[in-house]
Amino acid sequence: MMAVGRPLGVAGVLLAALLAVMAASLLVGDAALAPGDVLGALLGTGDPRHVFIVQDIRLPRILLGALVGASLGLSGAAVQGLLRNPLADPGVVGISASAGLGAVVALYYGIAASFALAVPLFAILFSLAATAVLAWLAGRDASVLTLILAGVAISSLAGALISLAMNLSPNPFLLSDIVLWLLGSLANRSATEVVLAGPFMAAGWALLLAAARHLPALTLGEEAAASLGVDLRRLRLQVIVGAALSVGASVAVSGIVGFVGLVAPHLARPFVGYDPGRLLVPSALGGALLVVAADLLVRSGQGAAELKLGVVTALLGAPFFLWLVIHTRRTMR
Amino acid sequence: MIEARALSAAIGGREVVTQASIAAGPGEIVGLIGPNGAGKTSLLRALLRLVAPTAGQVLLDGADITADPPHRHARAIAYLPQGQTVAWPLTVRRLVALGRAPHRTAWSGLTAADEAAVERALAVADAAEFADRPVTELSGGERARVLLARALAVEAPVLLADEPMASLDPYHQLATVDALKKVAADGAAVIVVLHDLALAVRTCTRLCLMDRGWVVAEGAPEAVLTDANLAAVYRVAVRRGAGGDFAIGRRLDT
Repeated sequence: MMAVGRPLGVAGVLLAALLAVMAASLLVGDAALAPGDVLGALLGTGDPRHVFIVQDIRLPRILLGALVGASLGLSGAAVQGLLRNPLADPGVVGISASAGLGAVVALYYGIAASFALAVPLFAILFSLAATAVLAWLAGRDASVLTLILAGVAISSLAGALISLAMNLSPNPFLLSDIVLWLLGSLANRSATEVVLAGPFMAAGWALLLAAARHLPALTLGEEAAASLGVDLRRLRLQVIVGAALSVGASVAVSGIVGFVGLVAPHLARPFVGYDPGRLLVPSALGGALLVVAADLLVRSGQGAAELKLGVVTALLGAPFFLWLVIHTRRTMR
Repeated sequence: MIEARALSAAIGGREVVTQASIAAGPGEIVGLIGPNGAGKTSLLRALLRLVAPTAGQVLLDGADITADPPHRHARAIAYLPQGQTVAWPLTVRRLVALGRAPHRTAWSGLTAADEAAVERALAVADAAEFADRPVTELSGGERARVLLARALAVEAPVLLADEPMASLDPYHQLATVDALKKVAADGAAVIVVLHDLALAVRTCTRLCLMDRGWVVAEGAPEAVLTDANLAAVYRVAVRRGAGGDFAIGRRLDT
């Protein structure tokens, strides 16, 4: 009856595409390396300079891009499932901006300088607060309008506090650091960032994936879901903490890369029969694919200044969001 | 067998159900009737513990489940809420299959038994013809039948249904009556909130009349729907015909 194998098929295709784009991405960079050199360097043989370029510069950046993209795609899909709303992207509803504020606080007060984990921890803590406020609102009144307006309010508050921090900055170098970092980028990231953010992301993914089997029942609303055996309090907590961990850790290492959590689930949804549970894995793979591909685009651009990844995703994502709002208007309450 | 004993419930500090007692055993269809705001839906929600009862007890087959959260008894009590919205355009069959969620373990797919239950529910609710269409493309009445099928797919010994006939045409109202009767005949206890009194007489083995949070009359339909009760609770007079049929006559306060 249902195409049970189809989500696996979609995931397989996305995984293959992701690996292909990651491989292609390894070949691109400022230093012109032949594919043979890259392969050799990847295996640790060949010119030590090539090994350094591939293993210490290109590979961490690509891996981090995939991790960030997967985190954003997965969180977007899970939060949308929880809130029963296709517009609930971590960026749109203010989770990313709050994580950004947390990271800025850690950077601004110099906590990050003495304690490297401070940036992801602060980012996670602040995104946790934002997600909790949203879920609390959604529990009272799940209308699209309330959520989006609350998201606008949370984003604006986070933005205002970030501006305040920059306004008060005693040091112009710190100021430009914060601004560049907030734009969202994977440039100059190393294995350190992968190790720093990876465990938090993995913990977040585990929580979100464990929530998958309870999300379909929420299609019918919270009370029907509860009558179908869903422990709502536990599910809400699981998705909130899971999304905060993965988005917070992502923002901590890459700045704000917007709209991935909106676009990836939307594109994957028709292929899984709109089932909010089956959506999670394809959405994570799709998010990873989008970020790695966008970063490849950024890196292959020839010009004086490299475009920031977050600028590119926002330029592509914001018009998409507008289209989605118009498209879903008839079902909005 | 589900039973409420002197159950009270409050929403936002205001008591909406006061010392209500109601029971439904296997094979029974108990109609919960009363004017708007009488507390019918709130009583169902208190039975499900979707609102925490402030006093009294909920018993399931004699066991006290008052303090249990709703998800604990998902296999035993199926619930069809009123005016549900469906968030995603799932196919009808997949939506009805959500009713099997309480029977499934962690990562298993639908078993043959689950699929058989889904097909039975689709047939009883007269929704099989659009089983493969996205539920968001259906009309309001078609969607109501699909949601009924979803509740039936649980195949629970207790079914609580909140106005399942509200958006249906006369033919499908009667079809829903037949569906509820079949569920009861198969051994389930059914409590159903109804607004149409004539339909309540046709459907229910017993009626439970609520007014301002209180259960004011309970028993056989003809014993509950007396002129005195209808005048006191609904403020209407009725015209009675042959065979227990009746129609709303006029308002009494004008």
